[in-house]
Amino acid sequence: MLEEKVYQIISDQLGVEKDKLSPDKKLIEDLGADSLDVVELIMAFEEEFGVEIPDEDAEKIQTVGDIIAYLKEKVGE
Amino acid sequence: MLNLSNKKALVTGSTRGIGKAIAKRLSQLGAKVIVTGRSEERAKEVAKQIGNGAEGYYLNLKDRESIRELHEKIGDIDILINNAGITKDNLFLKMSEEDWEEVIGVNLTGVFLMTKEFVKGMIKKRWGRIVNITSVVGLVGNVGQVNYASAKAGIIGFTKALAKELASRNITVNAVAPGFIETDMTKGLPEELKRKYMEEIPMKRFGKPEEVASVVSFLCSEEASYITGEVISVSGGLA
Repeated sequence: MLEEKVYQIISDQLGVEKDKLSPDKKLIEDLGADSLDVVELIMAFEEEFGVEIPDEDAEKIQTVGDIIAYLKEKVGE
Repeated sequence: MLNLSNKKALVTGSTRGIGKAIAKRLSQLGAKVIVTGRSEERAKEVAKQIGNGAEGYYLNLKDRESIRELHEKIGDIDILINNAGITKDNLFLKMSEEDWEEVIGVNLTGVFLMTKEFVKGMIKKRWGRIVNITSVVGLVGNVGQVNYASAKAGIIGFTKALAKELASRNITVNAVAPGFIETDMTKGLPEELKRKYMEEIPMKRFGKPEEVASVVSFLCSEEASYITGEVISVSGGLA
């Protein structure tokens, strides 16, 4: 469920097909995100999941899997 | 012919002077215009004069909450004109820290806060126009205006840096630098000083608010889609 939402947001934001996404994909290197895309993604996750993601945490996020793991811990799923 | 139909444009400080002329011009070109000022009554009155669906709202640029409230009321916008500005002139030796803070607060920090509040919507839409009204004083300086010149020069740096950050999102950020324009702000200048300025202006006259508005409206249009990070003087050759 959480994965599905995360995939949807990334797909919308970066214009990448959902079936091309997997946990090991790196946002910048593999999915072509630029630094502003990453900020927008973080904002979109904050909005969707009602959490606040501090810059120190956001900087550590590199892959789709990182996001899912981070949000699972934050949301407590 | 420039066409701004289906665009929502917010002009700060648009109850008089250059801001009012810009609001009028954008409205004539089809934009839905939001007039703002420190007097709600005056803002509504000007919006009514402009017509064409224009709306007037109170806005205090030193108050983040006021900016957020305005955003809630009007929603996202396509065009932001950071025009509002004040002066608290004095010779540097006599300039108080309060007069410094006040002018930097409204003229520069106000631009930061407004842009921060409204840029997200433009990023989402992948379209936006931001035009910051600076001043030739920010380019060449002026006696008695250390605070104003600093704020206006700051706006130029702000414009150039933000233009680079937002270029990939199809949002242009430009600045227009008026010279001496016939407004309430320059009306109060002593006659002798006005004469002195006049001598320095190659065109030998003050500009009209409409002459600034026409450049601003061009920068807001599709025709100006490849111009970003620029500062355009409208100063009769002064700077």
